[in-house]
Amino acid sequence: MIRRPLLCLVVAAAGLACGLPAHAHMVSSGVGTVYDGVLHFLLAPSDALAVLALALFAGQNGTAVGRMVVFLLPVSWLVGSVAGFSLSPIGPTLPTWPSLLILGCLVAANVRLPGLAVVALAVVLGLVHGFLNGTAMAAAQASPATLVGIVAAVFMLVSLACAATVTRTRPTEQIAVRVLGSWTGAIGLLALGWSLR
Amino acid sequence: MTVSELGRRLAMALPILAISAGVARAHVDGGAGEAFLAGVSHPISGWDHILAMVSVGVWGALLAAPAIWVLPITFPMMMAVGGLLGLAGISLPGVELGIALSMVALGGAIALKLRPPLPVVMLVVGVFAIFHGYAHGAELSEGQDFLLFSIGFVIATGVLHLFGIGLGLAVRWDWGPAVLQTVGVAVGLAGLAFAWSAA
Repeated sequence: MIRRPLLCLVVAAAGLACGLPAHAHMVSSGVGTVYDGVLHFLLAPSDALAVLALALFAGQNGTAVGRMVVFLLPVSWLVGSVAGFSLSPIGPTLPTWPSLLILGCLVAANVRLPGLAVVALAVVLGLVHGFLNGTAMAAAQASPATLVGIVAAVFMLVSLACAATVTRTRPTEQIAVRVLGSWTGAIGLLALGWSLR
Repeated sequence: MTVSELGRRLAMALPILAISAGVARAHVDGGAGEAFLAGVSHPISGWDHILAMVSVGVWGALLAAPAIWVLPITFPMMMAVGGLLGLAGISLPGVELGIALSMVALGGAIALKLRPPLPVVMLVVGVFAIFHGYAHGAELSEGQDFLLFSIGFVIATGVLHLFGIGLGLAVRWDWGPAVLQTVGVAVGLAGLAFAWSAA
């Protein structure tokens, strides 16, 4: 019975001896370039919120529209990010608040648009945000593999959020979606205010 | 549990503690988290804001559908419009008085069980929300991550509304209406006190 605690102490000592390195300036996340992209997307609220709002809106517009958006958004995001990555020195700086404001208001108002219009919104959003991602990654001298991580994260979020919205059929759940949309629109409005400051 | 058994269990936990040690960083950048928390704390930084936003939820719950969900959509949107005006530096007179009067109006509506048409309710709540948003927008300091701040700000406002809706659902119980009327009177009186100090 006494041997086991001793063994544990030995293992603990070994664990302490294998301590993780200390970073003074957080030069790397340590998770690899692809996961760097995933983290970049998930931790950049302007991108993640815009994708979430688009997914909610596509879900509100039905399953068929949602399916198209789920596949076209990541593709357009990839095209935009590759273009931005290649043309970074001449890349423009665009505000991201319009996508939050427009999509948030559309979700809050529960607007039904023709499928083609929703898909067009998804493609424009993917191209613009992807382009901005690409220029940012190029400026940070990140690996092109980072873009793969970003696009994978876009696909993951839009799939999950869109599927969750399509399957929410109870009135209270649909109201919750609209409330989320109004909050996103409000965040877009505040972001506009900050840009005017 | 005997002392020896406790010691044995603690010893067994040591390896887990050892391998779960965090990474030490010399210059942690807390900007993003701080901006979010600053946004969350702004709407709950004063009783005038808290009481008004909770009252919006209570009144929405008393009015039932569709006001119960229309008001928590209207208030954050119009508050963001007020925040935009404040951030843009556009002048809006009588902000503090407007905030105090919002408490009087909302508390009075709850206490008197007022049930005006939905567009009137939306107008009242929307106009007062502009004053609340303006006060926040004008007070914000430079250098914060604006998007994370805004997210925290809107979430905190929404949570206050949800709390108010939860409180307002007490109307279903026998004792609920009397308690909510008392709450309404208290909010209204607090609003009068704020208005007195703002005038």
